[in-house]
Amino acid sequence: MGKTVLMQGNEACVEGALAAGMRLYAGYPITPSTEIAELSALRLPQEGGKFIQMEDEIGSIACAIGASVAGVKSMTATSGPGFSLKQENLGYACLAEIPLVVVDVQRCGPSTGMPTSPSQGDVMMARWGTHGDHPIIALSPSSVRETYLLTVRAFNLSEKYRTPVILLMDEIIGHLREDVELPEASELTVEDRPTVLFPDPKRPPYKLRPGELVPRMAPFGSGQRYNITGLIHDEAGFPTNSNEVAGALMERIFQKLNDHLDDIVEYEESGLEDADTAIFCYGGTMRAAMTARDLAREKGLKVGIFRPVTIWPFPEQALLERSKKLRRILVAEHNGGQLLLEVQRIVKDNCEISFIGRMDGTVITPEEILAKLEEGQA
Amino acid sequence: MNAIVNTGDVSRKTVNASNLVYKYMRPEHLPTIWCPGCGNGIILRDVAQAIENLGLDRDKTVIVSGIGCSSRAAGYLDFNTIHTTHGRAIAFATGIKLARPELEVIVLTGDGDVSAIGGNHLIHAARRNIGLTVVVLNNSIYGMTGGQYSPTTPRHEFGTTAPYGNIDRPFDIAGLAFGAGASYAARGSAYHVTETISLIQEGIRHKGFSIIDVASICPTYYGRKNHKGDAVQMLEWQRDHAVTQEKAFHMSEEELRDKIIIGVLHQVQYPEFTYEYQMLINRLAKEREQYG
Repeated sequence: MGKTVLMQGNEACVEGALAAGMRLYAGYPITPSTEIAELSALRLPQEGGKFIQMEDEIGSIACAIGASVAGVKSMTATSGPGFSLKQENLGYACLAEIPLVVVDVQRCGPSTGMPTSPSQGDVMMARWGTHGDHPIIALSPSSVRETYLLTVRAFNLSEKYRTPVILLMDEIIGHLREDVELPEASELTVEDRPTVLFPDPKRPPYKLRPGELVPRMAPFGSGQRYNITGLIHDEAGFPTNSNEVAGALMERIFQKLNDHLDDIVEYEESGLEDADTAIFCYGGTMRAAMTARDLAREKGLKVGIFRPVTIWPFPEQALLERSKKLRRILVAEHNGGQLLLEVQRIVKDNCEISFIGRMDGTVITPEEILAKLEEGQA
Repeated sequence: MNAIVNTGDVSRKTVNASNLVYKYMRPEHLPTIWCPGCGNGIILRDVAQAIENLGLDRDKTVIVSGIGCSSRAAGYLDFNTIHTTHGRAIAFATGIKLARPELEVIVLTGDGDVSAIGGNHLIHAARRNIGLTVVVLNNSIYGMTGGQYSPTTPRHEFGTTAPYGNIDRPFDIAGLAFGAGASYAARGSAYHVTETISLIQEGIRHKGFSIIDVASICPTYYGRKNHKGDAVQMLEWQRDHAVTQEKAFHMSEEELRDKIIIGVLHQVQYPEFTYEYQMLINRLAKEREQYG
């Protein structure tokens, strides 16, 4: 273990990114994610990396994708309104298979909403925000330390699977300050994308070779000249209107995640061994849920917590199995019921599902969760 | 190399176009998708010729494009090529250049791509003076979507979305970039091949943000909608209406109304962005060495 420091979630995100090898950050100021840009501006040049404040949110993600194409690990961070603006280029990175980390520190929306207030209203945008079918990974930290670790993991997954990864934070965790014990660099696993070792002009850049998870990616300037496009492309990287090629490409980019859900999907179950009730929560909501669980236990209620750490792909199998052993799942989230829809779809009639949510910019309290847990207990 | 014109000045040297095709293009992806008579092929060749004249290393040269007719150009060139999203070519290119300043980064874009949807990236890249070379294939129309008026369509001309004539005032893209801080701004045309080659060459050689706004021709949409004749007639119009920067200086606004001003509009030496950033990194490293 490394040293203990007091820091906020946004700061932990930057330190995690640096530890994972981020050497370029492109962003635009937006509450409540601005500290990520500020600290990147301070820290990156110290590490020989680059920070650029772009002219807008769209330019920021475009710039970060460009850096990644040149072989430099890159990140951009934003909040709801900016996350909306980044969606088109997020889809570009999905289809062109460019590693990239996009941080969304969620705030209360829609529109400009309440910029300094917490929310988890972008959960479905993280899944379906960009147009067209696409695979996506989104991770949701519940503490400052976990923000550090999940930022490292976000970079690792993006490099390993050649895909953009969304770090879906919320204002609660972004601005939460707590003592964190950061791991030593030697304790971390840092993944780098598989690159092309021997340039070959005949090498199709998007052809999957035996034993490969994703096609190897040569950084621009390394001697392997090839074409990248956001059009549906063949294995050579050139546009095509062939339906067969389009189908095969789409299947491959979905399968690269779906075949490795064990590696990608993380979730946490706590206190569920003897429980008949689970609070389903994630991100900042976890903090109130933990206290609510403890209060409920004091009152003799058998309550535990089920928490997706990987939000997308959703921990479908684990939740399904767990639901068969429960009487009730209480979904708690800071929105009008977004992951509630997923829970309902997966759990079906296995157990009762109830919901507590907020859309008013304030936090759900442990007492409110407790009251909901006590409903119908008699 | 089969030199057909050689005045001794490297900037005026041209080689047989077919040699350029085999050397710099991806012949398996030809012919291009462009309509017969389109000016884009001429400008693509100008870019290849400028690269040939400068002897750039293909492995260290990156071609970035956006969306539209112009932006299909990147895929035909055998370099590190990236065809990005609509309007964002300069922003993608900014990331590539900042990540690896040693690369030569050339942006191929169109009038709609760079001055409408991508206008913000254009002015800010110019302001930053980042070392990109932007070649605008400016045909004054949205060709890929079938002939809508663009930010460079002259007043009173027609497009499918200007059925009664365009009432918008057009942008002067090179002038816009100059106003925003570009340290090299030039204008060429599809007709003026040798001049345009040397303008692109100068732009690549220039340290800092450079833009070469090249008047293309679109006989299929712009020409047909506005009764400009066929490709040859449209090129002849460019020949007959081009004036040099020096000559334009002495002409009235009225006389310049239907003219294309060809040449270098503006060039100044100013510190380049990625160089400045490296100086910053070096300064921090030095300070850390000194003060720990």
